[in-house]
Amino acid sequence: MNLASLSASYLRARPLQTGLSLLLLALGVGTIVMLLLAVTQLEDRMGRDARGIDLVVGAKGSPMQLILAGIYHLDAPTGNIPLASVAQLEKNRMVKRVIPLALGDGWRGFRIVGAPRSYLELYGARIQGEFYSRPLQAVLGAEVAQRTGAGVGTTFKGAHGIGNEGGDEHDMPYTVVGVLARTGTVIDRLVLTSIESVWHVHEAAHEPADEADRKALEEDREVTVLLVQYASPLAAASLPRAINATSALQAASPALETARLFRIVGAGAEAMRAFAVVLVLAAALSVFVALYTALEQRRYELAVMRVLGASPGRLFGLLVAEGAVLAAAGSLLGVALGHALTSALGAWLEQAQQPTVTGLAFLPEELAVAALAVLVGIVAAFIPAWRAYRTDVSRTLASG
Amino acid sequence: MLAVRGLAHTYGSRQVLRVDDWQVAAGERALVLGPSGSGKSTLLHVLAGLLKPTAGSVFAFDEEISSLSGSTLDRWRGRNVGIVLQALHLVSHLTVRANLRLAQYLARLPQDDAAIDRTLAALGVADKAARRPGELSQGEQQRVAVARAVVNGPKLLLADEPTSSLDDEAAARAIDLLTGEAARTGATLVVVTHDARVKRHFAQTLELGR
Repeated sequence: MNLASLSASYLRARPLQTGLSLLLLALGVGTIVMLLLAVTQLEDRMGRDARGIDLVVGAKGSPMQLILAGIYHLDAPTGNIPLASVAQLEKNRMVKRVIPLALGDGWRGFRIVGAPRSYLELYGARIQGEFYSRPLQAVLGAEVAQRTGAGVGTTFKGAHGIGNEGGDEHDMPYTVVGVLARTGTVIDRLVLTSIESVWHVHEAAHEPADEADRKALEEDREVTVLLVQYASPLAAASLPRAINATSALQAASPALETARLFRIVGAGAEAMRAFAVVLVLAAALSVFVALYTALEQRRYELAVMRVLGASPGRLFGLLVAEGAVLAAAGSLLGVALGHALTSALGAWLEQAQQPTVTGLAFLPEELAVAALAVLVGIVAAFIPAWRAYRTDVSRTLASG
Repeated sequence: MLAVRGLAHTYGSRQVLRVDDWQVAAGERALVLGPSGSGKSTLLHVLAGLLKPTAGSVFAFDEEISSLSGSTLDRWRGRNVGIVLQALHLVSHLTVRANLRLAQYLARLPQDDAAIDRTLAALGVADKAARRPGELSQGEQQRVAVARAVVNGPKLLLADEPTSSLDDEAAARAIDLLTGEAARTGATLVVVTHDARVKRHFAQTLELGR
């Protein structure tokens, strides 16, 4: 027997009050842990997706939309830009590398992205099979392969339009020549092919009548976004302004736009966190009420403990231990609940083909949250513990 | 030896207890008899070290307990005094065994299951060890309360109104239980009651008036 087992025995004997306190605490701690896990993982993931990309250049429109479409493949693109702008930008001395992407088609809700091999290298993707080398060959991201069941040798037809809305199917089928290993980045959710393939599929609709016609079509070729790497950090100061001011193009900085996005999303997370803190405080109040209102009913039990040799300090310790045991159990449940909620959120995001989160990762911050919740439980027990400390044994026994 | 000298206790200006000179030899048994309001419960609390008297001194086995205080007194009580309360006050959420273990734990003595088993067997409730107090009859609960009082081998065994609301037969059994356990463990027994039926069991009686 010790203070903890004695406390636990008492708490088990009052399942309703104990259950209520545990529930409130678990909900509060669970919400905080879920937010912590989800926000951390999403930030981490978005950071990885944008790594090595200093600037995104595309058609004029909303800079955030350009970032969301060009890096994260979440939003519709702002429009297309002439192919000539690639060469134009590559000539700039402040630019180290330009990766053009051609968007516009999808397959079963996954985006087909026309991209050079340097795009795959940007994410360090290892491949099973081969890279595309000829038109109408495609490489699948790990998640695309897993969810569609497609593999090397599978043929499929892309459909016009991005996402699930399912536009008209193109006639020319792609053949899968390779599947990428999981990278934990955005390309897991992409179907990759050469830019030429994307052009090819779209030009097939209006077969060129003659050589002049073909020339005209080729001159009209477009790409959707350009991912730019700077040659020097100094480029950040002048290049975006130069592009935005002088050309028909728009340049957006991933760092600035994701920071802006997180300020918007962060406000929602902040509100949820505040709500969770209120839940934890309500739990503390319920611990306090449970212990305090029970004192009247327990005055003989506490007096008997004094009769059996307990000092007032030990009664104080007993009540504090009850608060601590309750809070520790509630926090533990809360951490488990937080991971379960995160897993549920992850499953739902995966269903929606969004960047997903996992409940199987642990963060050191969770320990701090749990420790803080235990501390709150202990503090909530202080006033009841003080009353127990002050028990007048002789008077209590004389009254009963 | 248990002895009190010039003992008085007052609440405000009201004197509730006055015992000039009284003593009980070690291992003997004594009865404190008096109507309600005569201060006999106050005397019991003073002897147990639960209440500090306003005046006078209490000696128990070469120790002046009225001069002890705080946790020293608590510790002394846990190891040297066993108390059977009128309402028994077993801890309802603990099993019989855990109630006895609680006495060992709170007295900061080793938790000794063998001693618990011996004590329960001596009182004829060995088979109730895993039960909770609420599942026991009144008589069994009283035995468990006595077992909890004697499990630490106290030098002084105190009982507050052990026979009230019991019929003659049950009252006699309760007294036999206490005197038997005191004799078995060698404890000095002091029974405090208003019940005159108990008088014939005791050679030594302190009568308190109102």
